[in-house]
Amino acid sequence: MNAGDTLALLPLLLIAGTAAVVMLAIAIRRSHALTAILTLAGLAATFASVLAIAPLVPRQVTPLLLIDRYALFYIGLITASSAAVAILSFQYLESHAAQREELYLLLLLATLGCAVLAASVHFVSFILGLEILSVSLYAMVAYFSDREHSLEAGIKYLILASVSAAFLLFGAALIYADTGTLAFSPVRELSLGGSRMAFVVTGIALTVTGIGFKLGVVPFHLWTPDVYEGSPSPVTAFVATASKTAVIALLVRYLSSGAMRSPPVFYVFSVMAIASMFAGNLLALRQTNVKRILAYSSIAHFGYILVAFLAGSAIAAAAVGFYLVAYTVTLLAAFGIVGVLSGPERDAGSLEQYRGLFWRRPVIAGIFTAALFSLAGIPATMGFLGKFYVLTSAAAASAWALMIVLVITSVAGLFYYLRIVVALYSAPPEHVGEHPGLARASALVLGALAILLILFGVYPAPLLDLIRSTLVLIG
Amino acid sequence: MTLIFLIGILLVGGILAAVSARWSPVLPRLISLAAIGVDLVLAVRIWAGRPSAAVSPWYDEVDWNWIPGFGVHIHLAVDGLSLLMVLLTFFLGIISVLTSWTEIQQKVGFFHFNLMWVLAGIASVFVAFDLFLFYFAWELMLVPMYFLIVIWGHERRVYAGMKFFLFTQCSGLLMLIAILALYLLHHQATGVYTFEYSELLGTSLASRVELLIMFGFFAAFAVKLPIVPLHTWLPDAHTEAPTAGSVILAGLLLKTGGYGLIRFVVPLFPRATHAFTPVALTLAVIGIVYGATMAFSQSDLKRLVAYTSVSHLGFVLLGIFSWNTLALQGAIMTMICHGLSTGALFVLVGGLQERIHTRDLDRMGGLWSAAPRMGAAALFFSLASLGLPGMGDFVGEFLVLLGAYRVSVVLTVVASLGILASTFYALRLMQRAFFGPNTSNWRLPDLTPREGLMVGAMIAGLLWLGLYPQPVLNTSAPAIVNLQREARIPVAELRR
Repeated sequence: MNAGDTLALLPLLLIAGTAAVVMLAIAIRRSHALTAILTLAGLAATFASVLAIAPLVPRQVTPLLLIDRYALFYIGLITASSAAVAILSFQYLESHAAQREELYLLLLLATLGCAVLAASVHFVSFILGLEILSVSLYAMVAYFSDREHSLEAGIKYLILASVSAAFLLFGAALIYADTGTLAFSPVRELSLGGSRMAFVVTGIALTVTGIGFKLGVVPFHLWTPDVYEGSPSPVTAFVATASKTAVIALLVRYLSSGAMRSPPVFYVFSVMAIASMFAGNLLALRQTNVKRILAYSSIAHFGYILVAFLAGSAIAAAAVGFYLVAYTVTLLAAFGIVGVLSGPERDAGSLEQYRGLFWRRPVIAGIFTAALFSLAGIPATMGFLGKFYVLTSAAAASAWALMIVLVITSVAGLFYYLRIVVALYSAPPEHVGEHPGLARASALVLGALAILLILFGVYPAPLLDLIRSTLVLIG
Repeated sequence: MTLIFLIGILLVGGILAAVSARWSPVLPRLISLAAIGVDLVLAVRIWAGRPSAAVSPWYDEVDWNWIPGFGVHIHLAVDGLSLLMVLLTFFLGIISVLTSWTEIQQKVGFFHFNLMWVLAGIASVFVAFDLFLFYFAWELMLVPMYFLIVIWGHERRVYAGMKFFLFTQCSGLLMLIAILALYLLHHQATGVYTFEYSELLGTSLASRVELLIMFGFFAAFAVKLPIVPLHTWLPDAHTEAPTAGSVILAGLLLKTGGYGLIRFVVPLFPRATHAFTPVALTLAVIGIVYGATMAFSQSDLKRLVAYTSVSHLGFVLLGIFSWNTLALQGAIMTMICHGLSTGALFVLVGGLQERIHTRDLDRMGGLWSAAPRMGAAALFFSLASLGLPGMGDFVGEFLVLLGAYRVSVVLTVVASLGILASTFYALRLMQRAFFGPNTSNWRLPDLTPREGLMVGAMIAGLLWLGLYPQPVLNTSAPAIVNLQREARIPVAELRR
């Protein structure tokens, strides 16, 4: 490994280094503000390094990691969302007496895992990244272990993640048995026929189990609502955005070009996409807890992303990228608001707590409305352009059945988003519990997210160009 | 450039109105009035200053790059058809601000914000010539309208708002798929990614594909217009919306459907339209008769007026799919006059509800003696609605029937029966509400000067359109000629 390699790895090294520094700082002196500042400084440095090394890539660093513009784009996105989560956590943790500082440590480690996934071109780095991410998330999900649903969520996540990791390992072993290498390239260049195709296809199917679990797509979605509900809101935001972004980034690299042309793989993903769109949107209809609604909606949204992924062209990879950015911004805003409205004992889940919010906290309700409309795909938000892009790529691939399912299910989806919107704008109840105030840092993040949501919803050209420029080598 | 200002003034005015409510509840009303007033003046100036000879099809045009990666432009343009619709939008915009002057007392700022933004959306729909922008505006006008219904509406507002939103959104997404399909097929044929209307015209499509894509567009416009099996959102939304919402829904939102059919469906898909014409004409006639019959049997005054819209817009559909000059002139005329007469009826019903707190026809009666000026106004607009000569609606419907006669005699005859039926519901409205004994002993103030002004302006408009419609016909004529040329089917081919 020479200096150039080290430079290329700078973002990963910086995250890891920040984690070490934060750990030492906690050991020396417990200070919530200091920990948060160190974390943010580390993440900011990481983000800066991403921008700085962009001209030097692509660079293959060891067989495990490929740092190219594609990886850097996703590392940047993950870092930014992780920073937003850190800021939103600050206010959230301030109102909780329990130990606060360790959450930042776990957050940094999880971010590291995500970043490794985004740059991974090899099963070893895939599994390492996934495990770093998962182990941090176990602790983060059950961080407030004295709350109801918290341990349930943690254990559910732990058991299911371990099982899916086992499937993943077995799948990797099968692929290795056939191809003799742990790199992704044979899978990417998979040619049909060959005597032992069955091994590779079975291997891919098993690895898809691991990936599908992290994405929470049907039939691996069972953990989603419970974990979303049981985790503290900032952690939910991280689970919903950064961890899924990383896995999608990996999935596109792993399967998009070669293996998807193999009919069994294609059909498996089609079924997963269709089932996710239906299950997510229909199951959300009967929920009354906002966090659970957003959980089911995320199942549906990853169904939409899979539609673009299935279309499998250059335009589709760009659509996936754009959709992920839109989804990340939207969900960070949504869960940020859930966090801001949460009291010390429990999160603001029930729809009742949102009744009449607009007349009491117009700005927060306005941002929440924008986020919900973005999820529903209404114009002037990023979500609309994301959906538009997904539909375009599906149409370009003549995937009419998938498009029709997308349209039908997203109309059903509209129904539950509008239910929340109606609650926000209906007359406030007689007795209103005091909502906690809004810290300046959280206000800043929420404001920035709202501006991005609208700005890129109305003028997406710069973001589109950026995403397209990262795809040169992906194909 | 004026077009950008037209939209921008509304958008900015909406924000100012929302903010200004902090200081005074009158301020948002004044700001809205001023903003829409300026827009109306600007639009009239375009109208007055339009060149008499056809230099370009557009009287005013803006074309900016928006999302180059997709070939999306901000292309706003206005021809005679668009201009008439825009004028109607601003006129009814002023009416809807005035009519909510005393009705809306809660959250005045946010109300006017939504009002202005829905008008901005509607105006953009009428002037957008990039299909992406068109869809953008099409969906965007939904959201403020939805808020107008669910926040300031009547008893079942949440149900009505949801139904309205789901119907329009579902059909809108079908249109989005159709737009995308057209966009990609055009790219396959020419190698150019564009949503530009004039370039997508004449894209060569296989006939089955053309029919499918046309259905996508048709679905969206059919829900808005509405065409009969897809109309069920309309009575609910119109009834539950606040008065200004009903005026905008009936006067403008429905017109976007008619406008879309004229501007997009027929010119983009002439052959598919041709094949589909018999079905569309039949649906139109069914709508005319069904709407009139349903209106006759309503006891809720607002619902009654809502169903008359179904009937009147049936004439619009009949005119559009007859696709000859007379019928198109009639369709456009009917759209404008229906906006005025039905808008006015909603204003009167709203004023009545504000006074007696009911819309139930059975509880009314004898109101003429209590409020003679209001009664006279209602009589005028009822007569306009039933198509009395001398008022605008008559001109529109007469032209439609004249044009449709050349396409199908049988359907025209049945459609004329619809006019007969409209006599029943209009007279029933008058008899039940205003004539007869005043059994409930209603005592109510007559029209206020503000209401008098609105009603007077609308009466003047309808009389002008009824007695001297030529300026309007002259304005739409060049646009119709262009559209017929773009559609590339000779009128003769449509006769059978």
